[in-house]
Amino acid sequence: MNLRKYLKVYKKFLHTSLASELEYKTNILVDLITAILSLVGSIFLLSIFFQNNGYIGGWKFEQALIIQAIYTILNGITNTWFNPNLTEIVKHIREGTLDFVLLKPIDSQFYISLKKINPSGFLEIMLGFLLLFFCIRINQINLNLSFLTLSLITISCSICILYSLWFFISTTTIWFVKTWNATEVLRSFLYIGRFPLNSFSFSLRIFFSVVIPIAFITTIPSEVLLGLSQFWKILLEVIIAMIFLFTSRKFWLFALKFYTSASS
Amino acid sequence: MVQNIIDVRNLSKSFDISSKEPGLKGTIKHFFRRQTKSLKVIKDISFEIKEGEIVGFLGANGAGKTTILKMLCGLIYPSEGSILVSGYLPFRRKENFLKNITLIMGQKQQLIWDLPPIESFYLNAAIYGLDKFEAKKRIKKLSEMLEIDEELFIPVRKLSLGQRMKSELLAALIHEPNILFLDEPTLGLDINAQRNLRKFLQNYNKETNATICLTSHYMKDITSLCKRVICVHEGEISYDGKLDLLLKKLSPVKEIIIVCRSEEDAIKLENSGFTIKNKIKNEITIKIDNNSITSSLKTILNNFDIEDLFINEPPVDEIIGKVLIKKDYDI
Repeated sequence: MNLRKYLKVYKKFLHTSLASELEYKTNILVDLITAILSLVGSIFLLSIFFQNNGYIGGWKFEQALIIQAIYTILNGITNTWFNPNLTEIVKHIREGTLDFVLLKPIDSQFYISLKKINPSGFLEIMLGFLLLFFCIRINQINLNLSFLTLSLITISCSICILYSLWFFISTTTIWFVKTWNATEVLRSFLYIGRFPLNSFSFSLRIFFSVVIPIAFITTIPSEVLLGLSQFWKILLEVIIAMIFLFTSRKFWLFALKFYTSASS
Repeated sequence: MVQNIIDVRNLSKSFDISSKEPGLKGTIKHFFRRQTKSLKVIKDISFEIKEGEIVGFLGANGAGKTTILKMLCGLIYPSEGSILVSGYLPFRRKENFLKNITLIMGQKQQLIWDLPPIESFYLNAAIYGLDKFEAKKRIKKLSEMLEIDEELFIPVRKLSLGQRMKSELLAALIHEPNILFLDEPTLGLDINAQRNLRKFLQNYNKETNATICLTSHYMKDITSLCKRVICVHEGEISYDGKLDLLLKKLSPVKEIIIVCRSEEDAIKLENSGFTIKNKIKNEITIKIDNNSITSSLKTILNNFDIEDLFINEPPVDEIIGKVLIKKDYDI
């Protein structure tokens, strides 16, 4: 793979999608307001849950806010990259415009996963980081290099898991043609990630850890920041992320053999 | 000797198609118990195309023309048989193969809708590994050939269909491919835009010696661009050869309308042994075999006092229309 070429193409992707989005200023403004209101609403909802005894699943409100911060960062990444690109796969397949992607001398997964960006998602990412720094202060977390590295690794793994899950569902469009609902269900599951894994019943904990590892996505990076995580959990997240990424790639290449293109 | 650039042997393609009975009952049955059957849309076809050739694929809707084009460019896996395009197996979609080909579809677009076409051109240039200087040079050359200038800087959504199609062509040709697959490129264009597009394709073929495979329902596209046609009927090739020959075989006689100076000459001509279609006063319509048209006309002009003469060619659409509904042509 020619890395220089891919970087150049990605620079063009950034340029063209930013230029496309900036054609519609009002839309961006509405998205920005929605991001702010959504964060305020989520924190308010979380504070209601903690009103009675101040603890949920052994987590204090201030600690749970870290999960909210990581969720906000991941949701921002979802809105910036995953949503505009991965929902487009369904459109590409239904309308047959995937033909143009497949005939370009570039990796098709790279193309359809990164061609577009939604700049309003950046605000959400920034808000998430601001909330995270606030949480680090109120939880009196002593930041050191190993903490930061581990947090970065676990957050990167969370991004990989989320991307792979979404990409996997979108790929099934090659057979089922319409899978909007499945990606919507995934987004709904992602909301679960705003709460600590321990706050769920045992069976739900198993479901959200093993079947759809949504809880991993936010809980483990938060535990790392709070110094509560165990090494095996971090290792498990890394392994799961690698398996998911590898499987989604293989699944995409396998599915392309069944692509029949849309009729003209 | 000109080499074969496309070599297709015993190619077949089957699709699983689901069918549904009408009404609510049929819908429920279809939802719970979908019945699919394998449909062979391409049946054991073979052909070769030489470098620099322009070949037209003719066929009724659903005959399999687009499926053949999509297999040739590597979008669809063949079920049986082999395809070699420029020495590559298309469905492997190797980088060097993809840099050699392009697909243009009249009904689908790759340009970024909200931005001027120039942005899409530079994006494609980056994907094909062209530097900015080279991209600029090629955009300039192609835009001159296509006669587009200001349109390059207007958002695609504001361009007319003709301007958009020209821009689509430029985006698809920026990497200077050797093989062009064109699926109904003039669809929906007005007469002038169609003519300009054909002129461009002719020039492009002449300048670069690119091979062009074309499907179109507009006969003018085929007659002005393609010397050779491949007729596809229900997934099988019903004719593969020169267009001229096909037209001659399908329409072996021409009608000649002759206006004589006097009625006597007209009567003399009527009794001279030609096949007469009709006669109205001085005007006689005769049928002449394509092979003897020159000698027959010479005889008529030398022996009769002729005021005017018209050769009535039957419309190409009408002749080709016969091919689209018939399976075999023994030519």
